[in-house]
Amino acid sequence: MERRVFLQGLALPCLAAAAGTPSDAQFTVEARFYDKLAYKKIKCKLCPRECVIDDRERGYCGVRENRGGTYYSLVHSRVCAAHIDPIEKKPLFHFLPGTMAFSVATAGCNVNCKMCQNWDISQVRPEQVYATYMPPAKLAALARQNDCPSIAYTYSEPVVFSEYVFDSAEAGRAAGVKSVVISGGYIQEEPLKQLCRRVDAIKIDLKAFSEKFYKEVVNGELKPVLNALVTIRKQNVWTEIVCLVIPTLNDSDAEFQALARWVKSELGPDVPVHFSQFHPDYLLKNLPPTPVPTLERAKALCDAEGLHYVYIGNIPGHPAESTHCPKCRRVVVERVGFSVRAISLEGAKCRFCHQIIPGVWEKA
Amino acid sequence: MRGGSQNGITRRNLLTTGLAGALVARAAGADKSTVVIARDPALRGAGHSPDATRVAKLLDRAVESFYACDSPLEAWKKIVRPGEVVGLKVNCLSGRGAATSVVLVEAICERLQQAGIPQNNIVIWDRLDSDLESAGFRPSRGDRVRYIGNDSTGYGDELAIYGSAGSRLANTLTKTCDAVINLPVLKDHGIVGVTLALKNLFGAIHNPNKYHSDAGNPYVADVNMFPAIRQKVRLTICDGLTAQYEGGPSYMPQWSWPYNGLLVARDPVALDYIGWQIIEHKRAEMGMKSLRELKREPLYIATAADSAHRLGVNDPARIARVEV
Repeated sequence: MERRVFLQGLALPCLAAAAGTPSDAQFTVEARFYDKLAYKKIKCKLCPRECVIDDRERGYCGVRENRGGTYYSLVHSRVCAAHIDPIEKKPLFHFLPGTMAFSVATAGCNVNCKMCQNWDISQVRPEQVYATYMPPAKLAALARQNDCPSIAYTYSEPVVFSEYVFDSAEAGRAAGVKSVVISGGYIQEEPLKQLCRRVDAIKIDLKAFSEKFYKEVVNGELKPVLNALVTIRKQNVWTEIVCLVIPTLNDSDAEFQALARWVKSELGPDVPVHFSQFHPDYLLKNLPPTPVPTLERAKALCDAEGLHYVYIGNIPGHPAESTHCPKCRRVVVERVGFSVRAISLEGAKCRFCHQIIPGVWEKA
Repeated sequence: MRGGSQNGITRRNLLTTGLAGALVARAAGADKSTVVIARDPALRGAGHSPDATRVAKLLDRAVESFYACDSPLEAWKKIVRPGEVVGLKVNCLSGRGAATSVVLVEAICERLQQAGIPQNNIVIWDRLDSDLESAGFRPSRGDRVRYIGNDSTGYGDELAIYGSAGSRLANTLTKTCDAVINLPVLKDHGIVGVTLALKNLFGAIHNPNKYHSDAGNPYVADVNMFPAIRQKVRLTICDGLTAQYEGGPSYMPQWSWPYNGLLVARDPVALDYIGWQIIEHKRAEMGMKSLRELKREPLYIATAADSAHRLGVNDPARIARVEV
């Protein structure tokens, strides 16, 4: 099977339902996290934005709507993208390497990153993109049928379709399929804790280490994302961090060092950090791709600060794609691009020196 | 569309008109952006709803005054050309009560047809078909005026980008309509302060939910910089038949009042400034805090007037407020 298979190309029986409308009950469930206010207004309590929303209006994410004082998600089971991807593409390097993840998304996002690569689904309303009906049990079954030990909620922002993530992760668990979340981490503590109880790994896009960048480029805030990372670690859910390095915007030595020091002190040195190459897209087309030496500088600075697993991403064939044992420095997971060439682990230990390599290595 | 060019009154028109309102407009409006405010205290007669005949007369008075013409037909011929497809961008999200009035739109359709626009070339549009219906805009039997929600005709694939805004534009705006008459409602907005001429064009983009942060500043101004919007919007007629000074954009009858008026301008910034002042005045009269005190002052109006945008003027000294 190809690595990347559009769902429309699969002969799946669940595709009877086509694109829905905002009023389509098929995709609509009451939202989990909100407060009711006077005059039929509501306050969303899912993400730190805390949108106060009038009747008939939607929140910033565009996928949650106030209808008569009750708040609804419009994207439950409303899958607008589905692919079978290597888990390395997420990227999650310490989570079942060499396996495939059944990867899904709905429309919507709670930030608006100027460099978004998936803006055509993340920055639209659900009715503006083709979607198919894929209820949780069916999603879990599809993952199993396609030999995917995990479901990945990805591409757009799973926080805004968290009701679907919750239900699907539970269905997956019942079917023996794990769940991983690929998120910007802009979420309040209570929904995050509930998410952590249901999923097996979370990768956070730490888009920069400055509030200025978050305000100007992301339309969000850094502090809640850092808080989310700490919460995830405390909940003992496997965590990896990706930093997309953008020339002139978040590529200074000082920022890399500050990031490394914060990760080491607040999360520990074993949390993998991936520095990925930026490509111009969406509203940020005036900057070049990140030079490889910049990514190498970021890695070197983080290595020097004592982080154990620092990777370089989007540069296929770069040696820093592989996992090295922090004790004996031998390669324990060899990667080229999204392919895993060799795994030199015995259980969770380095085959050469028996150093424990943290991660989720077993399917069971 | 810039400062002095916003005045719809020409020297020739001045000489041919006998309207007192137009004379006032001309005298006050030289080198200024004109905002005509037409009101009718008897608009509702003995009833609760505006009387359709009086609304039509109010519209005529407002448009004649703005264009300094002595007949509505003459004025409308300055706005549209025969055979054009003319979009009426209504504001329907909040349903009846806080939406553009059906009687006003019907009066405009009548005048457009008299000015040479076939029924089928008139397009009443907003974001959703359901929004149009909830506001009372439904095709009736034999009605050939078109009613289009963006959800049924979609958005272009290309992004329009200006400043902080990047959006797909409604096909209704970019492909269907040759000209647009903007028909916002005079009302408060709980996030961006007021929703008038500039904000109503959020109905032309696919992602309005992304642009309410920081009370809409600078997003509202940036969206109005998109070329299709700048080039096609010919006139704004702000529906102030029933206005709302708090609780918007939803309809809140307890905070609505019968303003019984229309605001007409080609300069959306000047119209927004005047409309904002009307709402602030009413808020003060009712003992409510100003929008600035509530941290939702519509600063995007000033941004729209700044040197980067130049969408119009917000300096009261450069606005001719003409009441007729």
